[in-house]
Amino acid sequence: MPFTVYVLVFLGIPLYMVVHGSLTTNGGSFTFDNFKSTFTSPEYKAAFENSLVLALWTSLLGALFGVWLAAAVIAGKPGGMLRRVVSSASGVFAYFAGFPLAFVFIATLGAEGAATVLLRNLGVNLYAGNFRITSILGVGLAYVYFQIPLMVILITPALEGLRPQWQEAAQSLGATKLSYLRHVAIPVLAPSVIGATLILFGNAFSAYATALALAGSTLAIVPAQIDDAINGNVLVGQTNVGLALGVEMILVIVVVMVGYGLVQRRARRWLQ
Amino acid sequence: MIRFEGVQRHFADVSALDGLDLEIDKGELIALLGPSGCGKTTALRILGGFDRPDAGKVFVNDVDVTTLPAHKRDMGMVFQAYSLFPNMDVRTNVAFGLRMRGQDKAKRLQRADELLELVGLAQTADRYPHQLSGGQQQRVAIARALAIEPEVLLLDEPLAALDARVRLQLRAEIRSLQQRLGITTLFVTHDQSEALSIADRVGVMRSGRLEQIDTPQNVYRQPATQFVAEFVGAMNRLPGRIGDRGEVQILGHRVAVANPEGYASGGAVDALLRPESIAVVRDSAGPGEITDRTFLGSVTRLEVTLDSGQKVLVDAHGHGADSPAPGERVGLQIVAESVTVTPAADTPAEPELAIEPA
Amino acid sequence: MSTGSVGWIAADVLIDEVAPAGRAPTRRRRARPRLWRVSILLLAFIYFIGPLVSAFKYSLIQADGSYGFGNYWKIVNSSAILTALATSLEIAGIAAVVVVTLMLPTVVWVRLRRPKLTLLLEGVTLLPIVIPPVVVAAGLEQMQRSAPSWVVSLLFNHALTGLTPFYIVLAMPFTYRALDTGVRAIDLRTLVDASRSLGASWFTTMTRVILPNVQTAVLGAMFLTIALCLGEVVIANLLLYQTFPVEIIQQSLAGTAGIAVALSNLSLVFTFVLLFSLSFVGSRRSGRASRVF
Repeated sequence: MPFTVYVLVFLGIPLYMVVHGSLTTNGGSFTFDNFKSTFTSPEYKAAFENSLVLALWTSLLGALFGVWLAAAVIAGKPGGMLRRVVSSASGVFAYFAGFPLAFVFIATLGAEGAATVLLRNLGVNLYAGNFRITSILGVGLAYVYFQIPLMVILITPALEGLRPQWQEAAQSLGATKLSYLRHVAIPVLAPSVIGATLILFGNAFSAYATALALAGSTLAIVPAQIDDAINGNVLVGQTNVGLALGVEMILVIVVVMVGYGLVQRRARRWLQ
Repeated sequence: MIRFEGVQRHFADVSALDGLDLEIDKGELIALLGPSGCGKTTALRILGGFDRPDAGKVFVNDVDVTTLPAHKRDMGMVFQAYSLFPNMDVRTNVAFGLRMRGQDKAKRLQRADELLELVGLAQTADRYPHQLSGGQQQRVAIARALAIEPEVLLLDEPLAALDARVRLQLRAEIRSLQQRLGITTLFVTHDQSEALSIADRVGVMRSGRLEQIDTPQNVYRQPATQFVAEFVGAMNRLPGRIGDRGEVQILGHRVAVANPEGYASGGAVDALLRPESIAVVRDSAGPGEITDRTFLGSVTRLEVTLDSGQKVLVDAHGHGADSPAPGERVGLQIVAESVTVTPAADTPAEPELAIEPA
Repeated sequence: MSTGSVGWIAADVLIDEVAPAGRAPTRRRRARPRLWRVSILLLAFIYFIGPLVSAFKYSLIQADGSYGFGNYWKIVNSSAILTALATSLEIAGIAAVVVVTLMLPTVVWVRLRRPKLTLLLEGVTLLPIVIPPVVVAAGLEQMQRSAPSWVVSLLFNHALTGLTPFYIVLAMPFTYRALDTGVRAIDLRTLVDASRSLGASWFTTMTRVILPNVQTAVLGAMFLTIALCLGEVVIANLLLYQTFPVEIIQQSLAGTAGIAVALSNLSLVFTFVLLFSLSFVGSRRSGRASRVF
């Protein structure tokens, strides 16, 4: 397959360069020191912490509101306008990570953004406290903008897979709506929700474009540290440490994807 | 025991039930039969509490249950398919109703095992629904519905998703289980042979109304309306004329009329004749010719085209080889003792076939 | 867009949406508006539409503080922006065509001849999701540095050659999904057998028989690839190429945030139009199909 060759060349070679570089000293000999220094340096530790925190809360928030929104939409008419609009819009919004999103948020929650000004006129000064659009919180609010639609997309099939017969069978057997939710709907949905939340987590963890556009490489998350290390923005000669960070990022995503694969298997079996 | 009184249910553009009156006795199995959209499922769902009528009332043991929510009705329901909870093993599924009734774990699991024994699936208790065949799943669904010892069993096309062999087997099992337990049952189906074979009484529905409700024998032999006649089994419509003594003359034969009221002597009518009520005899000067022959197992169905152009279906017993072959000229005899007649249709009709289930 | 995963899933939605739903309408009473539904729909409306309105308003604030279309005029008149846009559009166009020519025969071949390879194909096309864009960028930077000079001059001297091959890889997760969904929806074997039995070559079969039948999926794959190329900023920025999104960021850093917001609005509208026109193409096609059959 020419396709496989293509992937091997244009993805494999960069990947090889990263792995190779991460295991090499600046002089070119083999070493584990790059990985060691990512674990000992307080900056890198903080960056990992920030990245994980950012990914965690944006994925949980996205999952919560995403499930809620999807359920609200599905409860409506099957072929209705609401469903069509939300479904199309989700496809588009989930896709709008990156710089357009960043600037939309600068225009909204930036120091002179519309929402900031509106709230200031109402007596709430966002920027009086620690809030900045370039902070973890500010960037996270922008992330949620694509996390929610992504959750809607991921979870809608699972919600639609809940068969009305299950609820009716449960009712005929004496279950109230609440006990149906507790004993059937929630357990059946759990694997799908967990799987989708994992995808959201990975998505936010590896995302950089939005943060880059909002905060340049000043926000202390892992991709920004890689950016800095490679460009020598802070310290010269840190390139290979940056590559080690990259390898660690890949490992985190691999773990997330494996977890996703595992819960997805169960979800598919239940919701076919 | 169960009584529908003038129940109406209208959806946006159709009325699914247009004033349904129906009584079901204790221990009786009633089958509601009709084409899709006739309202049979709506009737069952209203009895189960999953839908509310727009008008009319439903009584169980003379208690008005019209507005009682489903989970308080004590009715076991079996759906067409896929109703088992996928996250529970078979035993837990069957025990679910008892769990909702607060029975303690050991007791309800033991009861679940008994019921699985009853439907012959004791060995699958630890499996999950997706590991079972369609027929097994439906058996578990029946066990689950029976576990709560419901007053009424509701079966919504429970066999429709199964393949033919399993369907026949499970049909017999449901009937024998129902008779053994003496449980009042409403069975909804679009398959006429299923309804006729399983029910104490069959209710034929059309456009939200009950056309006829009677024993399977009577529904088949003495269909009350033309719709029932044509929906239940294959039916020939043959033009005839009422004779002096109230008999009908068809194809040169005189046969007694099962429903003579209201038909004047000399009037043109259509006689409704089942394929098995007609016989063919080889006759080179006969009025018709065999135009098709289909071997159906115990009978062979012949299509005879009369010289008038009308087609008549005839069931010949025995093997296909004994009956006349396509191209042979035949005469027709009527072997029924009496026939049902309806006012003559304007156009000479083709023999109308019931909608056979796919 | 931040990672491949978003687009990979979005591709699915866009394509699935196009296929007519075969689900029978469930019989239920008209849903009454309930608090839990209304509240989330309202919240979602404010959260999703509010920023878009803000962005539009913001982009109308001109350098002197008055309202007007000044920022938009500046864009049209800026040669730097237009050059960057041209570069990005070139990359997008080439990537869209290459990705389809590369993927469609592969998907068809695997479905037809080597169904067992489906799993491998799915795995390979998932790789770009596992590897964050910033890591790909880091690897490319390494390549630039250590590769022989002929590779550097062949690949990295121009944005077109330096980015396109890698954007194609990044686009794979969702072009694969889009095309696979499309090919699954047609009776591929019958079409191919019929075409071959009538004497058509493989090339003709591919271009005259299969391609028209998976037109919607192909357009979907191309549109998503284009949107990715117009939005990708991490790799381009790290490798110092002047593409459209990089230009926007630089505008913003240069203190002309109004222009940057105006530019991102234009880019949003463009992608909206691109993706919505896809669902339009899809519904028109399926409408025609249902009339024929």
